[in-house]
Amino acid sequence: MKNKKWRLGVPRALFYYYYGPWWETFFQALGAEVVVSPPTSKEIMDLGVSLAVAEACLPVKVYYGHAAWLAGQVDALFVPRLVSVEKKSFICPKLMGLPDMLRAALKPCPPIIDTTVNLARQPEEGLAAAVQGMARALGVKGSRVDLAMAAAEARYHAWLAGQQQGDSMAAADCREEEPASGVYRSSSSQGKESRDALQIGVIGHGYLIYDQYLGMDIPGKVKRLGGKVILPENLTTLQVEKACRRLPKRLYWTLGRKIMGAALYLMEQENVAGLIHLTAFGCGPDSLVGDLAERYARRRGKPFLLLTLDEHTGEAGLNTRLEAFMDMLYRRRSA
Amino acid sequence: MKVTFPHMGHLWLVLKAALEGIGLEVVVPPPCTRRTLELGVRHAPESACLPLKVNLGNFLEAKELGADTIVMAGGVGPCRIGYYAQVQREILRDIGCDYEMVVFEPPDVHFSEVWDKVKYLNRRPWQEGVRGVILAWQKACAVDSLEQELQQLRPREAKPGQADAVFQRALRELDAAGGRGEIKKIVKKAKSEMAKIPRHTSGPVLRVGIVGEIYTVLEPMVNLNIERRLGVLGVEVVRGLFLSRWINDNLFKGLLPLPGHHPEKTAPPFLNHFVGGHGWESVGDTVTFARHGCDGVIQLAPLTCMPEIVAHSVMPAVQEARGIPVMTIYLDEQTGEAGLQTRLEAFVDMLRWHKGRKAAQSF
Repeated sequence: MKNKKWRLGVPRALFYYYYGPWWETFFQALGAEVVVSPPTSKEIMDLGVSLAVAEACLPVKVYYGHAAWLAGQVDALFVPRLVSVEKKSFICPKLMGLPDMLRAALKPCPPIIDTTVNLARQPEEGLAAAVQGMARALGVKGSRVDLAMAAAEARYHAWLAGQQQGDSMAAADCREEEPASGVYRSSSSQGKESRDALQIGVIGHGYLIYDQYLGMDIPGKVKRLGGKVILPENLTTLQVEKACRRLPKRLYWTLGRKIMGAALYLMEQENVAGLIHLTAFGCGPDSLVGDLAERYARRRGKPFLLLTLDEHTGEAGLNTRLEAFMDMLYRRRSA
Repeated sequence: MKVTFPHMGHLWLVLKAALEGIGLEVVVPPPCTRRTLELGVRHAPESACLPLKVNLGNFLEAKELGADTIVMAGGVGPCRIGYYAQVQREILRDIGCDYEMVVFEPPDVHFSEVWDKVKYLNRRPWQEGVRGVILAWQKACAVDSLEQELQQLRPREAKPGQADAVFQRALRELDAAGGRGEIKKIVKKAKSEMAKIPRHTSGPVLRVGIVGEIYTVLEPMVNLNIERRLGVLGVEVVRGLFLSRWINDNLFKGLLPLPGHHPEKTAPPFLNHFVGGHGWESVGDTVTFARHGCDGVIQLAPLTCMPEIVAHSVMPAVQEARGIPVMTIYLDEQTGEAGLQTRLEAFVDMLRWHKGRKAAQSF
């Protein structure tokens, strides 16, 4: 007999950039009002930095900021415990502990819907359990859940397909910020008009690349310096997984595999001039995956730029390094 | 084939016995020093965690002694240790250091994957190999029992350093020991020597639990000998992580009846899920130590260690609910002795004051 209309807070950070459309559609279909925090701003980042432990990585701190921003104005926060989103893979220990970390930091802390998502052993059962858990937290059962899931899946897959085409690179509802005129179009859809532009692979976690404040809009900057950007999301799953199969041992981080696969695939493309790896200081998986990618790129002679972000990173310094990298690539091409 | 392996505290003593037991020639890397660390830091990725760097240093130093094969453990996530071997292999390749690597992974498909590697390494009839492994296990238990004795004695001995001297000598003897009887004799002798060490009577001894990532807890070079420092400050150290227990939990899957970790019982509601590494255990052990009346807890971790950052993040809730002070120390190649010493002294001062106040209140 629960027909309360929930005001549900969804922080616009971390995996919102991978599953935002799914979550929003699902909860809306279950009759909840979904409040997504605004795009990251200085205020939100400062809030997060003040709440999180100093050693956490910047995206986690930003997540704290978004959650704290929402805390006072919603009935509950949706902070899923993302253990694994595919078979035999993990995301990152910090995402496995995120709900508990927030509970210890936010005072007062609103109720947290911390559904465990664990698809590591049995993907189908794990997904079903997670969906049921999310619905149960809102007090919804039965066929409405299936309908909501179908709607969520449909929107999610349409959104994924759009990402691959390069139509809308940012998460679902920040579309208005995207000038749709092929800013981040993938290489395949560009044809001959891009002969002059250098093709640059920008690899990194989605929550860095697509968060314009946190990630300092690296794709946009590269574009303004005359580059054509290719992102991991522009590649097909098949291309990424196939490239990863050459590794001596399977990478057990979902995002690590995405980044490594994209890097391996792109460094083999003749027309890709160079790679930029965007990472956050203290990112565990990236410290190894990024280093391996850089080694492989160096062996192949593909220029590779590592940009590490933290809350002290100055934009001017970043711009200088990007400009120098792009200049070097132009000179290399004309040589 | 000359095999070597990474250092982790007294693990070398155990691994050496086991590998020699299966008939291999073993090169124990030189004990970890600043040089080991510097060698590792020079070649490892900057933001990789500390054990990867020190282990790399171990491999480079063992190479100088003629080692050609590395035996090490892997994993399947989410902690970074599972990918150490792959990264280290590429680094060694890039600097032209030729090594064969035998990495023991949790079996992906079938247990035969592990067995094949054992068969590849084994040089002797399997009965002898089993005897070697049992000897190694007995040595692990002996080291742990002596170390617990040492932890109790350090804050109480009249002249700091005497108990450590006995312990170090016992380690060397244990290394040379070839049978169960010999091991027993060494332990007995060391314990009786420790019992004779004169003690002081001034002031109460504090008890501090040490939790955290296993490498930083067990390797004195990277934690700058924190247990000895605390002993000198009059603190008895207790910890839940010991070699024998770790071997039992991880290699024998908890088959032996030793007290194990049960974070699923102790860590909630503060941390409700496994987070890789020893993060869950760190929170669970802190709760246990609070229940057992410890005066404080020190959490150790390599900088950027993901599981321990999760544990660190929930520690404020544990401190508040259980009333136990927790200090988290991240260690890396930049950690300086003076800074660590200052933090320890301040923490211990605070604990003493806290304890005095609690005692006064109870009157």
